[in-house]
Amino acid sequence: MTGVLSLLARLGRTVLAALSSVGRVALYAFSAISHIFRPPYYPRELLQALLNIGWLSLPVVGLTALFTGGALALQIYSGGARFNAEAVVPQIVAIGMVRELGPVMAGLMIAARVTSSIAAEIATMKVTEQIDALVTLSTHPMKYLTAPRLLAGLITVPVLVGVGDVIGIAGGYFVATENLGFNAAAYLKNTVDFLEGLDVVSSLVKGCVFGGIATLMGCYYGMHSGRGAQGVGAATKTSVEVAAVLILAANFLLTGVFFSA
Amino acid sequence: MIRFEDVHKAFGSNQVLRGLTLEVPKGTSMVIIGGSGTGKSVAIKCVLGLITPDSGRILVDGEDTTHGDRDAFLARFGMLFQGGALFDSLPVWQNVAFRLLRGALKRPVAEAREIAIEKLRRVGLKPEVADLFPAELSGGMQKRVGLARAIAAEPEIIFFDEPTTGLDPIMAGVINELIREIVVEMGATAMTITHDMTSVRAIADNVAMLHDGVIKWTGPVADMDNSGDPYLDQFIHGRAEGPIEAVR
Ligand SMILES: Nc1ncnc2c1ncn2[C@@H]1O[C@H](COP(=O)(O)OP(=O)(O)O)[C@@H](O)[C@H]1O
Ligand SMILES: [Mg+2]
Repeated sequence: MTGVLSLLARLGRTVLAALSSVGRVALYAFSAISHIFRPPYYPRELLQALLNIGWLSLPVVGLTALFTGGALALQIYSGGARFNAEAVVPQIVAIGMVRELGPVMAGLMIAARVTSSIAAEIATMKVTEQIDALVTLSTHPMKYLTAPRLLAGLITVPVLVGVGDVIGIAGGYFVATENLGFNAAAYLKNTVDFLEGLDVVSSLVKGCVFGGIATLMGCYYGMHSGRGAQGVGAATKTSVEVAAVLILAANFLLTGVFFSA
Repeated sequence: MIRFEDVHKAFGSNQVLRGLTLEVPKGTSMVIIGGSGTGKSVAIKCVLGLITPDSGRILVDGEDTTHGDRDAFLARFGMLFQGGALFDSLPVWQNVAFRLLRGALKRPVAEAREIAIEKLRRVGLKPEVADLFPAELSGGMQKRVGLARAIAAEPEIIFFDEPTTGLDPIMAGVINELIREIVVEMGATAMTITHDMTSVRAIADNVAMLHDGVIKWTGPVADMDNSGDPYLDQFIHGRAEGPIEAVR
């Protein structure tokens, strides 16, 4: 009996702790968003963040999309062959890349590359008292560190996703035309005819949301890092885990919102 | 004037400050001594609002530090952190001129840079250092850059957390003299944390000894040697035997 009770108590505590951290993250997110709109602004920090998060992520996002699109084309072709549907490769690659794989792969790569580096950098700043120093120099860490990174994520990740979508489709196109004997012009025409505006919009909206999640989680866990090198390590690890899971969950929700009707 | 009134702070079960009461008159130099881990840095961070006390209050010129406009309040302070706390993404001169490059005290870039180089010179660093990054400097040099940053905007109240730890004796002497100068010339109020008794004698108008979360002794530096306080005596003579336990 007492065993059951203590188990229940422990379960209850875990749930309460989880809920309260959800609340804290949500408050942090609202506060971060509100700081984007209120001066002072830090254009140099924003520029730096745009460069780091957007431009420097292009290679990894592009390569990921290229190989994913290529693999997708091969799979659809061999899978489709089982019921004489090889011809749908361009349509399925387009839909698969634009609606799902483009945003998700880009989001996860951003979580790996950007969330981790933001978390490690800010956590190190926290551990070495640089955040305290910022405050004493009358600079709000939320404005100086979080807001520029968040804004850069919201702006650049949809662009990255868009570029990734195109590169992914190109990957499928190369595989299909070089290896699978598709006609180049017909492949492109099929792709363009088949895609709808909503597909592209959903892709970009997902990119925006994922960019927000990735940068916010990096900042949040960095700012709440424990002390010492271990604190930095734990903050970095947790930030990437949480960002990745939230991105996948948000992807599921957004897919539901856009396409379940 | 800074006044601590019965300030308490605990981190979990670790009772750090247990009723800290202390007064630092305007324009004077107070030195806080005490074993490592006794809460000296925590006390200073409480004034700046970096750590919130559990109870008690801190007054600056009679105003509670938790009231009023935070930016205006912080603009009056300079702080040298124990570990330097330089921004490693910025070159040295931008660290020093940080306050002068943004916000209320913003100046033209060229002027800010000139001020930064002048402050670097005051802490014994050559102008060439200005364009290096903090990670390229030795620990002692980082400390001095931190010091230059603390005094760059000519604050009224300056906190120095272990300003000479990690410096060679000559550079320590230079820094001690500089701190003294800042108090005398700029009329600033200074609070310095140190373990270095040479520093204490060079910098202090008044000395306070923190132990077990309270001020065990405070008074003018001249009275320090014949205070009759066993804690203070043990500390200034560096004796292993005495009322302060060596294992803490
Ligand atoms: N942010 C913090 N979280 C938890 N414990 C802290 C924190 N800051 C300081 N402490 C603890 O408070 C005590 C006093 O620390 P500190 O003021 O840095 O000592 P010192 O007198 O050497 O400057 C130490 O035991 C330290 O571990
Ligand atoms: Mg300390």
